[in-house]
Amino acid sequence: MTKSQDYAIETRGMSRHFGSLKAVDSVDLSIPRGSIYGFLGPNGCGKSTSIRMLTGLLRPTSGDIRVLGEVLPGSEEMLRRRIGYMTQKFSLYENLTVVENLEFVAQIYGLAWKVARQRINELLNLYDLAGRDRQMAGSMSGGQKQRLALAAATMHRPELLFLDEPTSAVDPENRREFWERLFDLCSQGTTILVSTHYMDEAERCHGLAILENGIKRADGSPQQLMDDMGAWVVEVAGDDLRTLKHALVREAQVLSAAQIGSRLRVLVSRDVPAPLDWLAPRVEGRLMNPVHPSLEDVFVTCTGGKHVA
Amino acid sequence: MWRRTLAIVFKELKQLSRDRMTFGMIVMIPLVQLMLFGFAINTDVRHLPAGVVDLSDTSYSRALVQAVAATQVVAFSARYANATEAEAAITRGEVKAVLYLPADLGGRLVRQSTAGVQNYLSEPVGQWLVDGSDTVVAATIRALRQMPLDEVMGRPVPVRVPSFEVVQYFNPEQRTVVNIVPGLLGVILTMTMVLFTSAAIVREREQGNMEFLITTPVKPFELMLGKIAPYVLVGFIQVGIILGTGHLLFDVPIRGGMDSLALAAMLFICASLTLGLVISTIAKTQLQAMQMTVFVLLPSILLSGFMFPYEAMPSMAQWIAEALPATHFMRMARAIVLRDAMVIHLGADALWLLGFTCLGLTISSLRFSKHLD
Repeated sequence: MTKSQDYAIETRGMSRHFGSLKAVDSVDLSIPRGSIYGFLGPNGCGKSTSIRMLTGLLRPTSGDIRVLGEVLPGSEEMLRRRIGYMTQKFSLYENLTVVENLEFVAQIYGLAWKVARQRINELLNLYDLAGRDRQMAGSMSGGQKQRLALAAATMHRPELLFLDEPTSAVDPENRREFWERLFDLCSQGTTILVSTHYMDEAERCHGLAILENGIKRADGSPQQLMDDMGAWVVEVAGDDLRTLKHALVREAQVLSAAQIGSRLRVLVSRDVPAPLDWLAPRVEGRLMNPVHPSLEDVFVTCTGGKHVA
Repeated sequence: MWRRTLAIVFKELKQLSRDRMTFGMIVMIPLVQLMLFGFAINTDVRHLPAGVVDLSDTSYSRALVQAVAATQVVAFSARYANATEAEAAITRGEVKAVLYLPADLGGRLVRQSTAGVQNYLSEPVGQWLVDGSDTVVAATIRALRQMPLDEVMGRPVPVRVPSFEVVQYFNPEQRTVVNIVPGLLGVILTMTMVLFTSAAIVREREQGNMEFLITTPVKPFELMLGKIAPYVLVGFIQVGIILGTGHLLFDVPIRGGMDSLALAAMLFICASLTLGLVISTIAKTQLQAMQMTVFVLLPSILLSGFMFPYEAMPSMAQWIAEALPATHFMRMARAIVLRDAMVIHLGADALWLLGFTCLGLTISSLRFSKHLD
């Protein structure tokens, strides 16, 4: 049994309504310290709203929130020095240089001049910005901007770091590298909460919550989520997969059928005890192959499935 | 606290120095406005287009027309056969005024020039038909009523002695520009100060900087103070441009002490800046901020005494004018620049501006929320 001090974030029934829209609906979270935790979900599922409530930018409509042991709302100002926040949109000044931006952030966090100098140099080296310190932030590429934003968000060595879709404007190679840096931060004891709509990113997290329409559909480690998934995964190979797909999705037991290259990935409900026997007459002799579920399968299963092509 | 405020001040100055458009506006707005108002707004009317109806057609009438033309108030451009034609010409807008000289002009002139002051039988020698819709034009022609007739008669003509003599202090030549330039200080500072600050905060919100800034330990008051401080400097640059150019180009005297002027300008700049801040906490976009600025700017131009004397306005308008910082500054600026008054003599206006600033800062700090909802 984990004690409550071991959690960086704990919420019970966290909700936020905008008029009649329930942007976040009664979400319970328990995020252990020192881990990387992911919010996975499509656009508009409540990821950003949740992060804004946890950073104290939005007040919840109802529910209890405890961040780093402090109760929200009420102790936002105390938490400001202990948390870092990297917004979805680049939020530093485009007409200031890299160094000027970092100097500004250092002063805002009240770092002494010498300490600030040292910390800025450290961050410039750490995030590969050393040669670009005199470049205007606005003229940098997506990956560079994102590294600058991360440097700014970690200037004051926060215990808890919020990243709202940090890699949406970044190419795959930079994304990989970015995640390595997150694990470096994590190994130094920083708790990281990251929102994403990429499966491969979600798979890297220690823990994960799948959100849809403001409701938490599932949570756990990626491995656990895949193991506990309520569906069998069968890949079918053969001719005329489009026709087969349209036939299969009409069955109540089929949660989803999606074509991946020359194979059709079919999710069959666990209510069916022997999926291969059940499928055999329906696939009309095409080749069947049971496979391990991926995180995408989990996501599709959790979020109700069939609408996903 | 000061470190964070200073950090914002320096950041703002750096951004300002790189924003060529804004930097250009700081210099060009006062220059262009000064030229426009200095040259265009002029209530000393000259060369009004005028016509003549001369029914006497004598040497006297020709001499009288020439004497009137010599005043340069009117420029005669047409002759009309009778009053009806003249009225039609005024209606068409061909001329602003018509000098009507009756057939018995000679007799009237003689009676007036010989009889002198005491003669109750003397009549006016002629009549002005004026397009009175523009009050300034009408007043200018009215001033011709007492025109001396010496030159027409070729000898001194006794005229009525005026009941009062008028001594005009501070602007003896009655040049409009002398009054306009100090007033322009108020108008231009209202425009730029309110606009720049209101846009400055809204821009941070629009460009997404605010979402990061409000997760840092910065306090609303520090943010507000750091945001307006750089524009105090901008305001003083503009005061320098307006008064310097006004002095060089239009020969506007600067009689008062620079210290008094600087203090008055400082008070007004701060009041305008906090007004901009209050707008920025209400406006959602830069466009809205601009619209609200215009909403403040128009009464500041029309009601502050810049265009029309404060004393001539109905009491309702005077109440509104009293609420505007521009009215108080307009009074102080004219008093200091033209009449060598000191801020001490203008205590009520100074106190009002100070109070306005404190109130504005409080309201904007309270209204500015570090929440997004």
